[in-house]
Amino acid sequence: MKRVLVFFVALLISLTASAIDTGAAFEDPEMQARYENLISEVRCLVCQNQTIKDSNVFLAADLRREIRRMMTEGMTDAEIADFLVARYGDFVLYNPRKSGRTLILWITPALLLGIGAFVIVRVVRDRMKMPIDDDALKS
Amino acid sequence: MARYIALIVAFVIMIGIFAVGLDRDPTKLPSPLIDKPAPEYELPRVKDPLSTVGSADYAGQMVLVNIWATWCVGCRAEHDYLLQLAARSEIPIYGINWRDERDAALSWLQQLGDPYVASAYDEDGRVGIDWGVYGAPETFLISAGGSVMYKHVGPMNEATWQGEFMPRIAAQSGATR
Repeated sequence: MKRVLVFFVALLISLTASAIDTGAAFEDPEMQARYENLISEVRCLVCQNQTIKDSNVFLAADLRREIRRMMTEGMTDAEIADFLVARYGDFVLYNPRKSGRTLILWITPALLLGIGAFVIVRVVRDRMKMPIDDDALKS
Repeated sequence: MARYIALIVAFVIMIGIFAVGLDRDPTKLPSPLIDKPAPEYELPRVKDPLSTVGSADYAGQMVLVNIWATWCVGCRAEHDYLLQLAARSEIPIYGINWRDERDAALSWLQQLGDPYVASAYDEDGRVGIDWGVYGAPETFLISAGGSVMYKHVGPMNEATWQGEFMPRIAAQSGATR
């Protein structure tokens, strides 16, 4: 019984352990770290809520291969990001640039927070001006 | 009173945003290539590995560039329509056979018919990346000046042709006259 259990647990672990990226690691650990970081920032456009690091569709594999190639050609991370955005648009980066069309993404949360704070301050102030009515509690 | 008006305005704005958002298909992404020079390429032909076809072949012409593959269901769906379009000879159609196997592509063209002036064979998807392709079929309208006028993701049909392509073609040929 125990053996069977161990077998099934091993089976579960083996599924997650299967590597998606089959390419060889860079020899330079710094390059490898850059590569890992880059591919976890790029969206797989076929399976939109995965990065190309997590996806095994061929488009993700193609993009990993291109990123590898560009890195070996000495391009910087910013240049590689530019390359991708020029072809696929801002959506390809999980962390979109703070510029032009994507500005609304970055401003809106702060703006909504500001509006919320303003409303709360107003409501609290108005209530503080109200007369305290003890009878209302008793009813 | 002013408070209620503000609430109603906020409500209407949100309804508006949701109405627009619900109507959009999140799998269809806007192409950053629109109004930019179309990517240049030169690849072996599907039908003849020894000769090439590429963007230079349609320089100065308004054409469609259609990304297709035999594994792609939508490509099968639009194939008959592309044949019709080619038969009406409204516009030359250049194919890019994307991430496919040559034998499969050849038998596809033989069995189903070939609507393309020529199909380039993009075996490793390198040219597909330059075009920002993420899901075949994709169809690009390229102006005579060589810029991307429009990109359609998904199968082509008469409705998209009449609704999206024809007005842009008409506007372009009107402007150059």
